[in-house]
Amino acid sequence: MNGMPPTTADTFPRLLAHHVLVRAERPAIREKDLGIWQTWNWRQVAGEVRALACGLATQGLKRGDHVAIIGANRPWVTWATAAAQSLGAIPVGLYQDATAPELVYVFQNAEIRHAIVEDQEQVDKVLEIKEQAGQIAHIFYDDPRGLRHYTQPELMALTRLKELGRDFDAANAGFIDAEVAKGKPGDAAAMFYTSGTTGNPKGVVHTYAALIDRARAGCELERLTDAEEVLAYLPPAWIGQNIFSYAQALVAGFCVNCPEAAGTVTVDMREIGPTYYFAPPRVYENLLTSVTIRMEDAGQVKRGMFKYFMGVAGRVGGRLLDGAPVSLTDRVLYALGDLCTYGPLRNALGMSRVRVAYTAGEAIGPDLFRFYRSLGINLKQLYGSTETAVFVCVQPDGQVSADTVGPPLVGVELKIAENGELMIKSPGLLKEYYKNPGATAEVLTNDGWYHSGDAGFLDAQGHLRIIDRAKDVGQLANGAMFAPKYIENKLKFFPFIKEAVALGDRRDMVCAIINIEMEAVGNWAEKRGMSYSGYVDLASQSAVYDLIRESVEKVNADLAQEERLADSQIRRFLILHKELDADDGELTRTSKVKRGFIGEKFAVLVDALYGGRAEQYVETQVKFEDGRSGMVSATLKIMDAETFPAVKKAA
Amino acid sequence: MRARQIGDVILDVKNISLSFGGVKALQGISFDVREHEVRAIIGPNGAGKSSMLNCINGVYHPQEGEISFRGEVRRDMDTHHAAEGGIGRTFQNLALFKGMSVLDNIMTGRNLKMKTGILAQALHFGPARAEELRERAFVERVIDFLEIQAFRKTPVGRLPYGLQKRVDLGRALASEPQVLLLDEPMAGMNMEEKQDMCRFVLDINDEFGTTIVLIEHDMGVVMDISDRVVVLDYGKKIADGTPQEMRNDPDVIKAYLGVSH
Repeated sequence: MNGMPPTTADTFPRLLAHHVLVRAERPAIREKDLGIWQTWNWRQVAGEVRALACGLATQGLKRGDHVAIIGANRPWVTWATAAAQSLGAIPVGLYQDATAPELVYVFQNAEIRHAIVEDQEQVDKVLEIKEQAGQIAHIFYDDPRGLRHYTQPELMALTRLKELGRDFDAANAGFIDAEVAKGKPGDAAAMFYTSGTTGNPKGVVHTYAALIDRARAGCELERLTDAEEVLAYLPPAWIGQNIFSYAQALVAGFCVNCPEAAGTVTVDMREIGPTYYFAPPRVYENLLTSVTIRMEDAGQVKRGMFKYFMGVAGRVGGRLLDGAPVSLTDRVLYALGDLCTYGPLRNALGMSRVRVAYTAGEAIGPDLFRFYRSLGINLKQLYGSTETAVFVCVQPDGQVSADTVGPPLVGVELKIAENGELMIKSPGLLKEYYKNPGATAEVLTNDGWYHSGDAGFLDAQGHLRIIDRAKDVGQLANGAMFAPKYIENKLKFFPFIKEAVALGDRRDMVCAIINIEMEAVGNWAEKRGMSYSGYVDLASQSAVYDLIRESVEKVNADLAQEERLADSQIRRFLILHKELDADDGELTRTSKVKRGFIGEKFAVLVDALYGGRAEQYVETQVKFEDGRSGMVSATLKIMDAETFPAVKKAA
Repeated sequence: MRARQIGDVILDVKNISLSFGGVKALQGISFDVREHEVRAIIGPNGAGKSSMLNCINGVYHPQEGEISFRGEVRRDMDTHHAAEGGIGRTFQNLALFKGMSVLDNIMTGRNLKMKTGILAQALHFGPARAEELRERAFVERVIDFLEIQAFRKTPVGRLPYGLQKRVDLGRALASEPQVLLLDEPMAGMNMEEKQDMCRFVLDINDEFGTTIVLIEHDMGVVMDISDRVVVLDYGKKIADGTPQEMRNDPDVIKAYLGVSH
């Protein structure tokens, strides 16, 4: 930090101008190209943006127009976004893998006349939909490869556009500055299309005020400065990427690094060493898996050292991060572990310099979460969505746990509706769904509350817990809340449990159907010298039932901690004789359990669970991978699990 | 539609015959290749396609006939001269150093352009160092072009086959050939890899104006990307023309479908 007061600039182009004044020579963006990191400082970035903006002006882009931007994380994407905003136009980021029909809808909906795209593939796609989408007049491209012989009049290279822009700028001094000056904080700054599981995507309109306010709130909480480094590796069309690598970079003035190619992200991350990092839980999980596999291949000494020091880290690391008291011996041991294990491991993960790491999007397993924190990586959870400009809740340093998403961030008000749905009031809420007042009215109340669609509650510390999508939350017969996915997730975090289905909507108790993780349980059985002939046999062994019961009871003890969920403790469970499979219609193609279908298909089992029977014979049709089908039959045991009295909150 | 118009004959093969002992691999083959075109050689197994390429870049020396390259007539040529003269080549069974990285493999293709001596290169001093940096920059462009940045430092032997094929192509491209001979660039690939490779071949032709002679079995590929096709069968040329003409040629259909005489 160079001691300058934080800027009050209220649009992105004006923030850019501010950085040129106060830190012109500091790096603003880097890209690895031809194996070497190329750097642009703020002055150079402003020059590129200015040339592009003037170029776009010569091509008829007007205030209020929408511009499609389709590309990977490359510097030009940032520049094009800022250039469009300089003219008061609204950039619309689109996913590179969007299909032609998806593009048609967006181009028509937003009346897009100008598109800025990466390469031949995207040019072809836009040209393909030109007839249907009607009004496309200009397509600008970054990479000329393969486009040499295209003669369509709409096409122009970005290099040419910049030339035109520089000429225009020279001839019309002051034009672009005047345009930037016209921008108002309440103007639409960007539009993000949300996929939506049903129907057409909806264009979420955000104002400068909303995006900048949330970006600033995040920066202030984490004390982000212009010394941060981020790696831009998630799709630029996603609002998170826009917030972390565009809005916050412009607010705090830090440097954004663009990887060389999609496949080089891990290597590039190691080279850059970002200080501020976001990844969905899946990415953290994959990283951990690769570490585990490499450790299994390592020599005896290294493996022993890893095991020992990870034990120390598990005990001490999280407490050190939280600033909790730790004994001197443990501190010394941890320092030694840092030297031998954690430091090199953080380096291999590219996280040596990470000061703040976020995860969001889905529930993260407590073990996974603890692993990173014990290494000294400050991994935290946040909550938000496209409609809220990301930042709603963030876990502050020292108040981190795997099952909350933290207290509301400054400026945010939360309340829980009658049906358990989380309602949000925040300066970062969407302005509207574009040209869709019906949908807007559905999610935004007149007095400014946003229906998040998520069910959650605030715990005793005032931290938000998200339990499920509101529409999936049911009720037990006694009226208590029943959140199946929350229970299933808790079960699935145990390594021995692969899938789980929680039943209980409009019933008097919760029961669970469980799938064991063949590999983990198989290893466990082998270590004990248990013999088994296959999946069906293993799943039915009483030792395995006891093993799973332990996990179920741990979940119950956990649920008992929360008054509202205490009634959701699992009374009875069974281990299914077959793996739930998308081919048999039990899972979706994205591996989510289809609760309703399973309930019908295994109706005899459900009846047995609720009928109090101790075992049940079942026959199921299965499809083999070669397309044939056959029957699997088994007599399944049903086991009771211990439940715990609800822990009453201190009054 | 293409960026560079097909030009004059750059490579002219006249009456080439090649035999190994009593086996006549090639018998009186003549055809030409024009500048900037994509020329395919097709034929059943054992038709003499690879032998033909081997004659062009000097691996084999035909007993009869002559080959003129850019107007220069020659009978015998060794592979080194062919490469220096601007003929690059990939191989059916790959010719890569499995233990070396992708980068180093492609650098070997660039060695042709390096002028400093082997000692200077080994010691990595003075002009040799500057030269290596310069040539490395070119190799990086090849890596970027073929989209293999993620594997720059990976030993070639650890890459899947489709990527090894791409590295082989990169090694050939590094010498900036005027004519690129591709021996079954798509063999053993799945549909997606084939599409990628087709795109690379067309892009090379388009971006650098490289003339391409390729051997290929996949008729769909041949029909899609080549300008003209030569068909060989049992060492003889049985047809020559555009893909469309080949599709309707009775001799070609016979050779491929094995109709009895």
